[in-house]
Amino acid sequence: MSEKKEIDPKAALDEILSKYPPKVARKRAKQMVINEVGENEQVPQITANVRTVPGIITMRGCCYAGCKGVVLGPTRDIINITHGPIGCAYYSWLTRRNQTKPKSEEDDQFMTYAFSTDMEDSEIIFGGEKKLAQAIQEAYDIFQPKAISVFSTCPVGLIGDDIHQVCKSMKEKLGINVFGFSCEGYKGVSQSAGHHIANNQLFKHVIGNNEDKPEGKYKFNLLGEYNIGGDAFVIEELLERCGITLISTFSGNSTITSMEMAHHADLNGVMCHRSINYVAEMIEQKYGVPWIKTNFIGPESTSKSLRKIAQFFGDQELIDKVEQVIAEEMDKLIPVRDAIRERCLGKTAMLFVGGSRAHHYQELFNSIGMNTLAAGYEFAHRDDYEGRKVLPSIKVDADSRNIEELEVEPDPVLYNPRKSPEEMEKLAAAGVPFKEYQGMMPDMKNETLVIDDANEWETEKLIEIYKPDIYCAGIKEKYGIQKHGIPCKQLHSYDYGGPYAGYEGAINFFKEIDRLVNANIWRHVKAPWMKDTSPTLEATYNA
Amino acid sequence: MTMTQEEKEKDVSRNACKLCTPFGACLAFKGVTGSMTLLHGSQGCATYIRRYMISHFREPIDIASSNFTEDTAIFGGQKNFGTAVENVIRQYSPALIGIATTCLSETIGDDIKMLVHMFKKDTEVENLPEIVHVSTPSYNGTHSDGYYSTIRAISDTLVEKTGFCTDNVNVFPGMVSPADLRYLREIISSFNDNYVFFPDYADTLDGPSWDEYRPIPEGGEKIENIRSAGDSAGTIELFSCLDDKNSAGKLLEDKFGVANYRIGMPIGIRKTDAFIDALERITGSHAPAWLSAERGRLVDSYIDAHKYIFGKKAVVFGDEDMVVGITSLLSEIGITTVAAVSGGKSGKLESEIKRNNDASCDKAMIMDNSDFEDMAEAIEKLKPDLLIGNSKGYMLARKLKIPLVRTGFPVHDRFGGARIQHVGYRGTQQLFDRIVNAIIEKRQKDGDWGYTYM
Ligand code: SF4
Ligand code: SF4
Repeated sequence: MSEKKEIDPKAALDEILSKYPPKVARKRAKQMVINEVGENEQVPQITANVRTVPGIITMRGCCYAGCKGVVLGPTRDIINITHGPIGCAYYSWLTRRNQTKPKSEEDDQFMTYAFSTDMEDSEIIFGGEKKLAQAIQEAYDIFQPKAISVFSTCPVGLIGDDIHQVCKSMKEKLGINVFGFSCEGYKGVSQSAGHHIANNQLFKHVIGNNEDKPEGKYKFNLLGEYNIGGDAFVIEELLERCGITLISTFSGNSTITSMEMAHHADLNGVMCHRSINYVAEMIEQKYGVPWIKTNFIGPESTSKSLRKIAQFFGDQELIDKVEQVIAEEMDKLIPVRDAIRERCLGKTAMLFVGGSRAHHYQELFNSIGMNTLAAGYEFAHRDDYEGRKVLPSIKVDADSRNIEELEVEPDPVLYNPRKSPEEMEKLAAAGVPFKEYQGMMPDMKNETLVIDDANEWETEKLIEIYKPDIYCAGIKEKYGIQKHGIPCKQLHSYDYGGPYAGYEGAINFFKEIDRLVNANIWRHVKAPWMKDTSPTLEATYNA
Repeated sequence: MTMTQEEKEKDVSRNACKLCTPFGACLAFKGVTGSMTLLHGSQGCATYIRRYMISHFREPIDIASSNFTEDTAIFGGQKNFGTAVENVIRQYSPALIGIATTCLSETIGDDIKMLVHMFKKDTEVENLPEIVHVSTPSYNGTHSDGYYSTIRAISDTLVEKTGFCTDNVNVFPGMVSPADLRYLREIISSFNDNYVFFPDYADTLDGPSWDEYRPIPEGGEKIENIRSAGDSAGTIELFSCLDDKNSAGKLLEDKFGVANYRIGMPIGIRKTDAFIDALERITGSHAPAWLSAERGRLVDSYIDAHKYIFGKKAVVFGDEDMVVGITSLLSEIGITTVAAVSGGKSGKLESEIKRNNDASCDKAMIMDNSDFEDMAEAIEKLKPDLLIGNSKGYMLARKLKIPLVRTGFPVHDRFGGARIQHVGYRGTQQLFDRIVNAIIEKRQKDGDWGYTYM
């Protein structure tokens, strides 16, 4: 194992910031903090969910990507039509590797399609509503889907097409659910705005549409799990073995019908807090279904989540079953984990990804004795870093104000609080807190770095200064990182691997990390005849 | 037999066979030494395009954006533009900044020429890099158009005439692989030491492991070389499905009197011969012996493999220029093109296929401005033996249970997209071998006997 010298995090940050012009440095400094966990999980304040500086290469995508790509992408039987020029639809065509399993051959499966209105000059000038209506009609004629949804990309917002009106009239005409998302890429500062818009529209147009009460003793929804690499399949199987009925998942391996029935569940588990907390809150307000934070990444968290669900329902039979499943799974996991731990102990990791994964995956590294040196999110807000306790103190800026906040009232008929306030208090005291997410930072060690919206330059510097043994990010970052001789694990698409959820997934992940941090190939970067020379590689790029 | 979008009367695009215009610009800018690209618009497009290129090339690819937000979308992007350019200069010290527009800034109508002018006037940055701007609205064209107009924009901005005439040659390659570009450079340099060859992203998009961080990967055609293109004796364009208004060759001809030879993508013997012939004519040098030897081996292999492939039916799809090139190869080797499909809409696909082919293509369905579902419907009855095109054809190949020979871009379900060869005698040889082997493999797999001797 390579020897790691102590690095002063303050000096590291100063070095990174020194290259920026003063204004940019001041802005970035607030998005880069040295972690320090105090009493009651108090952590330093970080600035998040603010604009990226123009010209700085960000990992972030756009509002449309968050809405169509992330939240709605994994539902297999809705036809998603991208309203705009061709690129946006093409680039979001099954690129996230969400998996799905139709129940039978006849079931609709549209995820392999990329539908677009492929706007042209004339629509930019004269408006694209007519073309959109025709596109919806055509999609209907060909496929007769249960639902069609429409996503606006940047130019659409500017030319002023009223997609909601078009959807409404097509809904009346076709007699199926047709609804739209005004998720133009320039809205908000990242994918996050798109998540919020997606949540709103799902709540308005989908959730609660189906009155058939599903069977099941312990009815549960999993929110914010997108079935990358088959994660949802693992979790579905675990829940089933415990006897928990999964009503719907938002939105891995989901169908529109399952989402329409979500309000029949008795408990919501929130996995990716960032992308789906809005739906959890609104379902509670309207139907009285409470939510808890769950996490099925990492064996400890998985066990904790299962136990919380069992405790919520409070049935001894369920509690026992959950314990049995946990014991069975841990028996299989422990020997693998311990063997790998020996080879990985003391190695270091950095995680810069998403809005929850940078947090969740730290536990997997901990399990095999690896330390997280630095972590950060691409599109999270302060509450994802510092915990929901800071929510009241978050300032709403112009970019967030433009995203609609729905006013939700309890449903006059269907509102039915599943637990009384007293019961909820009791559960909270017993370790099942509601509406709570304590954020990433309280789980990180002191003196580690927390960086929001880390960019290309900062990534390079972090690697240069800290030389971690592995860096987790996405495909855009991967190959730059690997040029440094440091392996990069993609935590968006899982590098074509996975599943990593649950116990089975944890085993996969341990093996994968073992393979990566103990690989031999990096030794061959220099040929034998290159070893002693230090060629000057500094190129100057001045014309 | 050509079908156009109008005749199909179709409004929804299902599984497009084209990418957006700025994509082509980003690719072309990658072919100039020390260049950095900035997309003027919101950040999503840059992120998506990076993501997409990287999935094929597996190399770091930085593309900056001026990060429009809602208020920029309303009030215009001048401020963001200036900040973005300055930040790019500070981080990358590029020799050239390529600026392409997205649909957003195009719809707003930002005047980039003016923005560049204002920036140059107001900035305190010294030693400004070259700034090349290209207009790339996606609602008007495809990635191919973005690629060609970027070559033109670079030429328009950089090329000068010194009045000193040379026997140099300018070669503009089409959208081919880094391995293709490397080989094309080898060919051209065997005719003349002095030449202009761009976009050359052979090294920037297929580079070695680094021992030191580089903000901009090494490689690409040098700016000084590009500047001299006006003195050359001739230009060769290795593509032909484009409008004159997007053509750098035409521009150099009109502006500096440099003769333009529009050859098309040199796939197969005839088209490579035409390329070599043009090189000989412009440079006055003869083809080296090794090229003739490569050609000889290729012809020899055509003869050897004829028994495996004769009479087979293929569907070719992808970028128009590559489709034209591949159909030309197929007609040389006895495979019938039953359909030639592209999302491109230069309007030249049919005439170019006809011009480059004998009668064997007469019955082919030629479909431009089409998507994968149009293609699936059209070829249902044609019973092709194989598909030739990019990874996006996989779903169809799977459905039809026929092989897909992967070519062009994107190839993100196989390893080594950057090293697939298509052009020249050597590239054709590679492609030809892969086509033949795909057919043999299928026969071997489907046969009852499990012959190891095919
Ligand atoms: S808006 Fe235009 S430029 Fe951006 S991704 Fe979409 S099609 Fe491409
Ligand atoms: S045009 Fe807008 S919606 Fe489309 S990719 Fe770009 S930023 Fe996203």
